[in-house]
Amino acid sequence: MKKSRVVSYNKWGYIFLIPFIVVFLVFQLIPLVSTIYNSFFENYRSGLMQIGPNFVGFENYVTIITNGDLPTYFANTMILWAMCFVPQIIISLVLGAWFTDPSLRLRFQTFFKTVIYLPNLIMASAFSMLFFTLFADGGPINSILMQMGIISVPFQFMSHVWSVRALIAFMNCIMWFGNTTILLMAGMLGIDPALFEAAQVDGATATQIFYKVTLPLLKPILIYVMVTSLIGGLQLFDVPQILTNGSGDPVRSSMTLIMYLNKHLYNKNYGLGGALSVFMIIVTGILSYIVFKFTNSGE
Amino acid sequence: MTESKMAGQKEGGISLQARRALAYVVLILVTLICLFWFYVLFINATRSNSELKRGFSALPSTFILENLNNMIHGTQPVLYGMLNSFIIALSSAALSTYFSAMTAYAIHAYDFRFRRFMFTFILMIMMIPTQITALGFLQLIGNMGLDDSFIPLIVPSVATPAVFFYMKQYMDSTLPLSLVEAARIDGAGEFRTFNQIVMPLMKPALAVQAIFSFVFSWNNYFVPALVLHTDTKKTLPILIAQLRSADWLKFDMGQVYAMIAFSIFPVIVVYLVLSKSIVGGVTLGGVKG
Repeated sequence: MKKSRVVSYNKWGYIFLIPFIVVFLVFQLIPLVSTIYNSFFENYRSGLMQIGPNFVGFENYVTIITNGDLPTYFANTMILWAMCFVPQIIISLVLGAWFTDPSLRLRFQTFFKTVIYLPNLIMASAFSMLFFTLFADGGPINSILMQMGIISVPFQFMSHVWSVRALIAFMNCIMWFGNTTILLMAGMLGIDPALFEAAQVDGATATQIFYKVTLPLLKPILIYVMVTSLIGGLQLFDVPQILTNGSGDPVRSSMTLIMYLNKHLYNKNYGLGGALSVFMIIVTGILSYIVFKFTNSGE
Repeated sequence: MTESKMAGQKEGGISLQARRALAYVVLILVTLICLFWFYVLFINATRSNSELKRGFSALPSTFILENLNNMIHGTQPVLYGMLNSFIIALSSAALSTYFSAMTAYAIHAYDFRFRRFMFTFILMIMMIPTQITALGFLQLIGNMGLDDSFIPLIVPSVATPAVFFYMKQYMDSTLPLSLVEAARIDGAGEFRTFNQIVMPLMKPALAVQAIFSFVFSWNNYFVPALVLHTDTKKTLPILIAQLRSADWLKFDMGQVYAMIAFSIFPVIVVYLVLSKSIVGGVTLGGVKG
């Protein structure tokens, strides 16, 4: 009697899973399969003419690699990610160490944490539009710099490769360092306080404790933060898309992979778009697997 | 926290006082860097086009209502944008929290054969972003006749692995199975137990995740821009992008700033009201161990 009741309850596990599974299959798995399928076909519009779909094997892959698009835009994306991630992780580590240091006993912690997390919730496209207007040739930043006498003619932020890249990286850094700080803090608070005390008793300075105790013990979380940030970095789209109006100018130096994908999707070039997607699926898949290994090892 | 070891340690390098001062200086600097842009946005949204053309001023002016009025009656369907964004974000938040809780409950409360497998599987797909399968997604909704509709922007929220993961962790720490047993003994059906006993207990987690889902959907640009085509169906981020691609020099800059402010400030206000639970929620959802 008891056994049959247990069994009859457990079928509810399947019933409660139905919505998730159905929606996942329809809106995620089918698109995944058809994206991969599309990558093997020639399928685009040339003027009013529809070309394909014709099976072409790996030709789409060869095209996006040999015409230089994929390597260039991949490099752009990685440069922008690194320019954003390196300062971000340094600031987050320092702030995290300060917030969690019991001997410092910083006040107004809640206020500071609230402020640094705030930009993460801002609409990236609006934030980017804001920077575009602020850094325009006749915008407030140029106006301030000229009033202060630092420059005499407006600096054209949007016409220089490295100023555009720096603006994109800077915006992303502002938007994400608060999130990273909070994640790292959780890791730092998880370290056994006895280790810090022991180091202190042995006469270690705050700097030594940071490098010799905190950092090595944080390694797993640092890896997690880096890989998730890399996955996010590969998706970089809103900020450069709005800032450069989808052009990735100057000379496509800030064109990211997803901006390139967006172009193909918009023009309905499903062959090349598919090949590009598959490349991203593979890279993200590998990175996701690393995150998964990490998240699951705590079980 | 160990409060005991305040004793001014004169360590090898810098004194505690100096380190604390340095920390405050850096924190104030970081705060200014974070807030400066929103301050300028606020100031500029209150100034008229001619005032803006004259250069930057640190003090607000009086044209905010006029700018907002011009924006609403301008060429962009901003009010529609706000309404559309709101409908989509609210529906997505409701679906993703309710069904993620349901999925988490299935794995938390029942011991079925594929339980372990499902949990591992959902964790594995957690980090996979929607952009990379957007191509197939667009083809699919085209075939389903759902192009230019809100449905493809709302319904997929039912399967949101990140929200599921948060709910599962919350259940692990706060939902004892004995409670479910008790409800069964009292004769409650499984659906009723979930809706009337489990869901109320999940309120704090539901609130945090509802906010995150809402904000994510509110800010989302990539997929909506590819799905929505009719002007009155577009969401705010798409309208912002249109503003950017228009010949913006001819625009009334007061209106441009008003529109950016209109997209950003509602989220800031909600955040400031609820910041405590939001900042706390970041860690819970992210890593453990």
